[in-house]
Amino acid sequence: MKTTSVATPENKAPLWTRFVRAHGPIYIVLAVIAAIWIFPFFWMILGSLKTQQEIVAIPPKLFPQHATFANFNKWFTELHFGNYFMNSLIVSVITVLGNVVFCSMVGYALAKMDFAGKKVLFACVMITLMIPSVATFVPLFVIVSDLHLVNTYASLILPYLVQPIGVFLMRQFIGDIPDALMEAARMDGAGELCIFAQIILPQCGPALATLSILTFLSSWNNFLWPLVAAQSTSKYTLPVALSLYSTGQNATNYSVLLAGSVLIITPIMLLFIFLQRYFIQGVTMTGIK
Amino acid sequence: MTSRKAETQGSGKALRHRQTLIAWGFSLPFIIIFSMFMLLPLLSALYMSFTDITAHDLRTPFNVNFVGLQQYIALFKDPLFRHSLLVTGTFVIIGVPVTIIIALALAVALNKGMRHLNSFFRALFYAPVVASVVAVSVVWRYILQDDGLLNNVLKTIGIHGPAWLNDTHVALLALIIMTVWRNVGTSMIIFIAGLQGMSGQVEEAASIDGCNAWQRFIHITLPLLKPTLLLSLILVSVSYLQFFDESFVMTQGGPLNATLSASYYIYKKFGFGQYGMSSAASWVLFIIIALVSVLQFRVMRSDD
Repeated sequence: MKTTSVATPENKAPLWTRFVRAHGPIYIVLAVIAAIWIFPFFWMILGSLKTQQEIVAIPPKLFPQHATFANFNKWFTELHFGNYFMNSLIVSVITVLGNVVFCSMVGYALAKMDFAGKKVLFACVMITLMIPSVATFVPLFVIVSDLHLVNTYASLILPYLVQPIGVFLMRQFIGDIPDALMEAARMDGAGELCIFAQIILPQCGPALATLSILTFLSSWNNFLWPLVAAQSTSKYTLPVALSLYSTGQNATNYSVLLAGSVLIITPIMLLFIFLQRYFIQGVTMTGIK
Repeated sequence: MTSRKAETQGSGKALRHRQTLIAWGFSLPFIIIFSMFMLLPLLSALYMSFTDITAHDLRTPFNVNFVGLQQYIALFKDPLFRHSLLVTGTFVIIGVPVTIIIALALAVALNKGMRHLNSFFRALFYAPVVASVVAVSVVWRYILQDDGLLNNVLKTIGIHGPAWLNDTHVALLALIIMTVWRNVGTSMIIFIAGLQGMSGQVEEAASIDGCNAWQRFIHITLPLLKPTLLLSLILVSVSYLQFFDESFVMTQGGPLNATLSASYYIYKKFGFGQYGMSSAASWVLFIIIALVSVLQFRVMRSDD
């Protein structure tokens, strides 16, 4: 837009022509890259609709000749997709709730209260922001076994129920809410819990949405810990179920594997399409601020 | 803040005391769960790395002996561990710059032009980020298999493609390509936000002074983008240092351990029940990750 404001003879041309001249080539290049970029998703969907014969055909055909839902059917019947889906959903939803409630409480304390030990608490949150799960999963497994929690929902949920990134995000956001609102309520004798629940939280809509999306995404796609903690098919989450199916004797049963991939990705893609703003905000808020 | 309230609610000291109690009360659930499942494991890993704990000791915890640095010595004597560090190192050294450069190029291209069109493209490039690694690994494995789509396409233009996932020389490269594809979106979003946070005035002045687009990018945009670049560099490096999921699903560390990352090594030792050695390896990796973050921060700072 700025480039078009510079005075050149081209300025006399119609707006649309000027736009195409200035940006057309870039968009053509972008379109080509974007097509390649999302091609794996197309290939995944097309493959999931092919029959076993077609999927192994050489050279591969782009479109299925006899499109079939048999691969999906197999997931819904023999392969207990519903069971894994419910496991993933239960784990993700509870993880989201835990982070939303507990992290915003700490975020509120850090943003709006003045108390002894505040700096220590905040430093702790910041230092642990980047602890990778690969550094903790071995002793975590020992702790979970000591508590007799192996192969329970609790073992899948508890290690992710509160995450420092959520505290960080909520503290940033609540810090921007003007103090005046709380002061007025305090004058009226409202307790902190009441202020938090009735004044702060209602202002936090966008931040809570962002935190929920961020947590749901990482929980839905989480792999290493569920792989370790879930030890029977009754507790497998979707990625664990698919990966164990895909590394076993069915490693080359691609039509079924691709149908499984489509099933895992669809819910998160739907969320992404409708709530894109919060996904993007999740990256910029935790990355930039 | 405290003093203003003190006028209405009695002495400041008593108020601060009360607030301290309330604040810690608010933080209590977080602190309990966090200490139990995050801090305790991290510290236990350190402790376990100095013992000979194995899977059998889960039932007999008093059978564990303190062995000092033996696990670490054994670790660095193990050629497989050194190899796994090399694999992770290669992965980071090639993967990070490629990711950053592609993300930056896309961000610059999407920073100007038509807003709706840009957010459409932005969504397309970001889509792989939200997809489960396991799910996309399946389709990439299908594309990259010996007689898969990629090699068939290459054949039509007369190139005999390698066995991407079965050739020790290219398997890691294949995983890097897929990982770059999956992660570019995040950095791109961060860069777009960084670019949009800049005022266009300096650039405009430079363009009037006759600087071309490339000169403006190198001498004006890039230096202004430095904090964003640093942040992205750290985030991408830290995540690539932990690289595991891709190799677990695509190659299982193979062929001949060519894609056996440090994380995979830790997972493997854990699978064999060697918890002590596994913990030692995870602390080595954790320290490398911490050092890389600090180092990158220092290097970018000292450039000023």
